[in-house]
Amino acid sequence: MRIKPFAAAALVTATALAFAGCAANETPAAGGTTGGSQTLTGVGSSAQKAAQEKWVADFQTANPNITVNYSPDGSGAGRSQFIAGAANFAGSDRPFKDDEMGAGKFAGCAADSNALNLPVYISPIAVVFNVEGVKELTFDPATLAGIFAGKITKWSDPAIAKTNPGVTLPDAAITAVHRGDDSGTTNNFTDTLNKTAPEVWTEAAADTFPAAFGGEAANGTSGVIQAVTNGKNIIGYADESQAGTLGKASILVGGKALQPTADAAAAILDHSETVPGRDANDLAYSLNRTSEGVYPAVLVSYAIVCQTYKDSSVATLVKDYVGYMASAEGQQAAAQAAGSAPLSSALQAKVKTAIDSIK
Amino acid sequence: MSQKLTRESDVASGQPEPTPPPARPDPKRPGETIFRGFAVGAGIAILAILAAVAAFLLIQGSPALLADPAELATHGYGEFVEWVLPYVFGTVWAAVLALAMAVPVAIGIALFISHYAPRRLAQPLGYIIDLLAAVPSVVFGLWGSNVLATGVQPLFTWLNANLGFIPLFSGQVSGTGRTILTAAIVLATMVLPIITSLCREVFLQTPKLHEEAALALGATRWEMVKMAVLPFARPGIIAAVMLGLGRALGETMAVTMVLSGGRNITFQVLTSENPNSIAAQIAQNFPEAFGLKTSQLIAAGLVLFLITLAVNMIARWIVARRAAYSGAN
Amino acid sequence: MTTLSQTLASDALTSGRLPRFTAPVAVVASILVGVAIAILAADGNLAVAALFGFALYLVVMEVAARVVEGARQASDRRASTLISGAFILALLPLGSVAWEAISKGIARFDLNFFTMSMRNVVGAGGGAAHAIYGTLYVTGLASLMSIPVGLLTAIYLSEYGRGTRLARSITFFVDVMTGIPSIVAGLFAYALMGLLIGPGFKSGFSGSIALSVLMIPVVVRSSEEILRLVPNELREASYALGVPKWLTIVRIVIPTAISGLISGIILSIARVIGETAPLLIAAGFTASLNNNPFDNPMMTLPVFVYDSYARPGIDVQAYLDRAWAGALTLILIVMLLNLIGRLIARRFAPKTGR
Repeated sequence: MRIKPFAAAALVTATALAFAGCAANETPAAGGTTGGSQTLTGVGSSAQKAAQEKWVADFQTANPNITVNYSPDGSGAGRSQFIAGAANFAGSDRPFKDDEMGAGKFAGCAADSNALNLPVYISPIAVVFNVEGVKELTFDPATLAGIFAGKITKWSDPAIAKTNPGVTLPDAAITAVHRGDDSGTTNNFTDTLNKTAPEVWTEAAADTFPAAFGGEAANGTSGVIQAVTNGKNIIGYADESQAGTLGKASILVGGKALQPTADAAAAILDHSETVPGRDANDLAYSLNRTSEGVYPAVLVSYAIVCQTYKDSSVATLVKDYVGYMASAEGQQAAAQAAGSAPLSSALQAKVKTAIDSIK
Repeated sequence: MSQKLTRESDVASGQPEPTPPPARPDPKRPGETIFRGFAVGAGIAILAILAAVAAFLLIQGSPALLADPAELATHGYGEFVEWVLPYVFGTVWAAVLALAMAVPVAIGIALFISHYAPRRLAQPLGYIIDLLAAVPSVVFGLWGSNVLATGVQPLFTWLNANLGFIPLFSGQVSGTGRTILTAAIVLATMVLPIITSLCREVFLQTPKLHEEAALALGATRWEMVKMAVLPFARPGIIAAVMLGLGRALGETMAVTMVLSGGRNITFQVLTSENPNSIAAQIAQNFPEAFGLKTSQLIAAGLVLFLITLAVNMIARWIVARRAAYSGAN
Repeated sequence: MTTLSQTLASDALTSGRLPRFTAPVAVVASILVGVAIAILAADGNLAVAALFGFALYLVVMEVAARVVEGARQASDRRASTLISGAFILALLPLGSVAWEAISKGIARFDLNFFTMSMRNVVGAGGGAAHAIYGTLYVTGLASLMSIPVGLLTAIYLSEYGRGTRLARSITFFVDVMTGIPSIVAGLFAYALMGLLIGPGFKSGFSGSIALSVLMIPVVVRSSEEILRLVPNELREASYALGVPKWLTIVRIVIPTAISGLISGIILSIARVIGETAPLLIAAGFTASLNNNPFDNPMMTLPVFVYDSYARPGIDVQAYLDRAWAGALTLILIVMLLNLIGRLIARRFAPKTGR
């Protein structure tokens, strides 16, 4: 009877604190906030999450006293927090735009320092489908745009049949699944449709899927994959690494049907130019999605860092960690863990030069 | 319901409120002043917290509310009212659908536990229903999108094929089953225990004399429920429904994971294109939002807050009015 | 002929009764026919079987009762059937959710899940120790803030402020507060800490603030109801002995109501422990164990579940298994809390003789 609620609550909390956590796979020194250890904070793109998980694990194994926290909060959150100085580096599915760049705009950087956009993660976006009795599909860009724009509504449409001779397509309605949340994947996919089939896809690239085109929305990559897997006669687009056993459609580029493979994706940066008028070490690309032999729907995600950090110890940490991300070893690790396309060795060298210039 | 209880305890004690001890604090007993101070302080702290939440929504949302529509179109999601209206509709529509399903079932369950089930079973049965409240919303989201959506899809196709002439069921049926009706079923499941537990308490408060009088007049059990229990419980039921409505309006994660949400205003419940709810819209887009878009999402949160406020005011007004005219007492 | 006309005189008090075995027989028969229809027409779909069986039972009993017992008895039977049906209907989602969580969660419900964090774990393996501790810290701190404030407010509302303007407005705004969407609470806590400490600040404590905003109104509501049930005679007896009001509350009112108060509080903890959206924003995300709730992001179980499901790496199944194991753990924690609340309520139930 005498147990006061206060006492009960205190008891519960005290018990929790007495447990004062330990995890079997963590050494006590690595607790994140314990004295002597350092913490590096990255915020941003959820597309990079699987790769970052691997990079963080490798880096922390090599440097047990350092904790790297990468919050996959989203690219927008990453950019905002980098500007506010809350994140030491940002992961972003797009580089900063020209009007967002500028010396002194970033709280974590030195007063005269600009930001650097460094490509670290390339991943093809696959068009995934789940159609009864169909294993392989090929689309030309205009048909693909027509399907996602809601203009082609039946699987038996002649436009689809034309590029898929010998495939028995059901006379069923198409459910086209797109991302319901804003995402870099949607931005890159709509940009692809807009660049490759401008007469059908009239909307400019955007993080938000154009509401006017309708279709079914799903939350996140996993939501799209799940909707396509569980439904019937469905098509959607998602990061290739998550497609699993779903059918992946080929896209016709200049008469050749290209599958979303790592090689076909990584080639895109070799055919693209960096954004003009920026520092030599800033590797922001404007993607060229219409060159031959290159799979057009590719997501390039960046690590955004300072040219000069206010705190030089942070600069060292960032150089070590981002340097590992962009190294041949790091890119290979990400390819295995996240299914991304490794940067070409020429680009790796460029990124390394840029990282070496960080102060 | 609280009013009911007050009235009852007053009746039970057979006299008005006890006269409080001297209002002036006794200098020899500072404990009284301190304790009372703490209690009042806690109450005021709650008001302060709520004011802070409202102020936060206003301040952070104001850039979007005050911005030039042209600027919103380029840097935000588009003109504010036009943008938020479908989500307001989606929020209310999903909640109304959910309540339409949950309320009859909840009242049935509450009656079952309070008046139909064997006395000894009543408590365990109540506990079983309360278990539904123990399931976190993220688990409901997993369940709704993995199990329920696939399960109801054939039913949706059937409804669409056979009852498609009803506007509600018309349109191109979704291939995944992730429609607003599915989301409403999940919401209904989530608010069910809330409405049930409140209704049950109210039903149990029905004066025994009323029930026995009805039975003595030869009423069947159902007639007794209709004549004695339901009229007495009406304000309590309304309060319970409003509480459930509040929960359904603000539910975030389950809707995010289950609903295929777009931006169209439609009453069709079986298609892929459904209006999203405000809470889900914020949760989905906050991560990628940047600058003006963030403000716009927070301003949408303000709209949701105002809807909740309005629902509570209406509930209070209905309960007060009903209580005054209720014939049961 | 006369017997039939007598039975059809529906409102006669002396109308016949259906034999006792009618209902059970009709139940069994309806189920069998329902299953038969389902097998013939819908590939043995159990839901279809249940639906047809239930409808058939309703119709059969309605007809039988109307013919033999009269319209009033028939409607009574119909109401009983529907009300019992409502209860069974509610068990369907509960059973389905429980089955999903157990069958899919059991794969990773092992010792490693409770002793390991996700630090340096890629793909399979690892565990949720960091998230479980995080949930305990965040919820514990939230309780520490919400329970005193909520309880004191309830005391003010039921003991001091009855009928005053302040009390009325507090009651109203507490109701409004129960309706605050959880995501708004998260945004609020995140912005508040950003203002007080620095932009982008995330910690377990920020998460507790968000949870407190959601928890306080629940504590106030349930405690207020319980305190009002304490009979006034007890208070009056205490006053008559010259005990000051505050001591009466602390020594008489609260101990009398303690069981209800504790169970209400535990239910309010259960209500917030599974919140995902506010913690996602306010408490952040980390793969490592963090024992300091006042700095650096802290993982919590609902966020762990959501993150494993929503942003898996390669070998998706390993992530999904962890998500379901986390969901199962979360359900078990909440069930345990509910059970404790009920046991306390029964153990210390006040003997007020209602």
